[in-house]
Amino acid sequence: MIETLIGIIGATLRISTPLVFASLGEVITERAGMLNLSIEGTMYTGAFVGITVAAQTGSLTTGLIAAIIAGAIVGCIMGFLVITLGVNQHVAGLGLTLLLISASNTANRILFTNKDGMVRVDPWKPFDFAGPIFSQYWLTYAAFLILAPALWWLLWRSGIGIRIRAVGENPESADVAGISVARTRYFALALGGALMAAGGAFITLAFLGSFTINIINGRGWVAIALVIFGRWGIWRTVSGALLFALVSATQQQLRLVPALSDLPFEILLALPYLAVIAGLAITGRNVPYPGAYLKPYRRL
Amino acid sequence: MFKVKLRIALRANKSWWLSPVLIAIAIIFTFIISSAMIRWAGANPFAAFKYLLGSPLQSKFGITEAILSATPLVLTGGAVALAFRAGYWNIGAEGQLLAGAICATFVGLHADGIPHWLGIILMVIAGALGGMLWAFVPALLRSRLGIDEVVTTLLLNPVALLVVTGLLNGPWRNPKTKFPETQVLSENVFFPRVYPGSRIHLGLIIGIVALAICWWVVGRTAGGLKMRAVGLAPGAARIAGLKVEKTLFTTALASGAIAGIAGAGEVAGVAHQLTDGISPGFGYTGVVVATLAALSFPAVLLISFVLGIINVGSFSASRALSIPSTIGEVVQAVLLTTVVSALVFMKYRIVLDKGKHRD
Repeated sequence: MIETLIGIIGATLRISTPLVFASLGEVITERAGMLNLSIEGTMYTGAFVGITVAAQTGSLTTGLIAAIIAGAIVGCIMGFLVITLGVNQHVAGLGLTLLLISASNTANRILFTNKDGMVRVDPWKPFDFAGPIFSQYWLTYAAFLILAPALWWLLWRSGIGIRIRAVGENPESADVAGISVARTRYFALALGGALMAAGGAFITLAFLGSFTINIINGRGWVAIALVIFGRWGIWRTVSGALLFALVSATQQQLRLVPALSDLPFEILLALPYLAVIAGLAITGRNVPYPGAYLKPYRRL
Repeated sequence: MFKVKLRIALRANKSWWLSPVLIAIAIIFTFIISSAMIRWAGANPFAAFKYLLGSPLQSKFGITEAILSATPLVLTGGAVALAFRAGYWNIGAEGQLLAGAICATFVGLHADGIPHWLGIILMVIAGALGGMLWAFVPALLRSRLGIDEVVTTLLLNPVALLVVTGLLNGPWRNPKTKFPETQVLSENVFFPRVYPGSRIHLGLIIGIVALAICWWVVGRTAGGLKMRAVGLAPGAARIAGLKVEKTLFTTALASGAIAGIAGAGEVAGVAHQLTDGISPGFGYTGVVVATLAALSFPAVLLISFVLGIINVGSFSASRALSIPSTIGEVVQAVLLTTVVSALVFMKYRIVLDKGKHRD
């Protein structure tokens, strides 16, 4: 029993890691007043670019850095669409997601599946010390101990954070106060995209060591829900990611329970998604969306 | 400081040639961007586009296959366009299509001994009900609690696919082949072919009728006017006394029903059984269709056909040039991105500022 519990806690931290990266990236973006629906595609690209570069160079770190750069570039493309041009954010984000997923799949076939099958790397191993709860990947430690506090500081204690929140709440006032709305929003999208891609890269470089189609499988949409659930706060969003991961980890354990072996495992697999929707239904009423959410800003 | 700066400003007057020119520019950009990927795959972009767009049009078989491929897109594109018109961001057409397919399959598995006409009607009803059911929870959460439908409709898409695979691995597994697919449905529910010598089925007619009804309701009825008002300015609509939430709820269910019929059409018209590959993303492509059609229902029909051509053409391009067939999806997504970018310039223009600036 205790062992199962420990297993669940360990798995929770592991499963939550890509969601922490991605949902915190989305927090930064949405705080600047933009919904970034390219998140699913950005994670997908991060997963693919990460493992591809890692396989070609033989270095997992280089792969991660490449994924982060790719994510920042995707953020800038999103920025060109929704900041410079002012395209509808739902359409731009979803269009980019479709583009990035199909482009990654095509590149995957050109580079790998048409030749020798599948791209593989020897993935990062979890640290092995202090029992199964603490034997986690270094990126998991980085997400909880470095990234989340750093982003909290960035958002609430730094000048950049004030500017990000200002352009997300009231871009007109921010503009009058001398803040460049466009530049701040580009920065938020690039940073957010880099984090989303890092979350995707975690899945291929640490979790699996391989790339398969549909690898993100809706995690980006979950991350968007977590941001609403977390009311655009860093710690509440991290807690949301942990809760979601806890449901996921529990259902993985439940699948091993003999009494439940007759239950179709698909029901258990669907559980985390349904939990997110239920969580939104309970906590998602009258949430304080950023003031300029979905609104492009133009000085006309 | 003296410098030249580009700035985007509102366009005062629109010329008639503007939108065709912008679309042409978008298509040129689509060609250039996609070419990079095609070159990388080791093929000549001109040859690839000749296959992508040209080869389906060169034979009667190619044209009918493109229409077949367009059939579900007509319905999902119409479903998405309807919802978007009311400002309801239904991105769950994929899940709604699958739910419709599941309900239609249930009918098809239990349809022995009923007349053919009844079977067809039951399939359409079952598809619509399934789609509505899948659209119900997000619609309720949005209209009652104000919870963003983008997230909930998106999250239900993977759930629908899990229900499909759960049924196929469980109670509906084919008893003969043991594959995760249903047995072939009763012939009493097959959609009849509507054009001899092709696979085009009744679903196309249903899709066109659905588009016509949507066009009429949205453009010519009081309910449609309310819907458009809610979509364009929900705040103003509320002040004017319109029941915004009720309108959104009704539109969401109607949108789900149409997407569900697309699923019934794929089951009853093409596959004649349920498989986990029943929809290669028709619901998501519906968003592409609706957006490229600028939410106009007649245009949905045209765009569906164009994307149908690309779908069929991507397979001939793949065979002839040995490039991945997913290149068709890339072209469609690039086209979406460039067209929505180009259409910004319907409303705005680029101004070249010379001279002194505050900044």
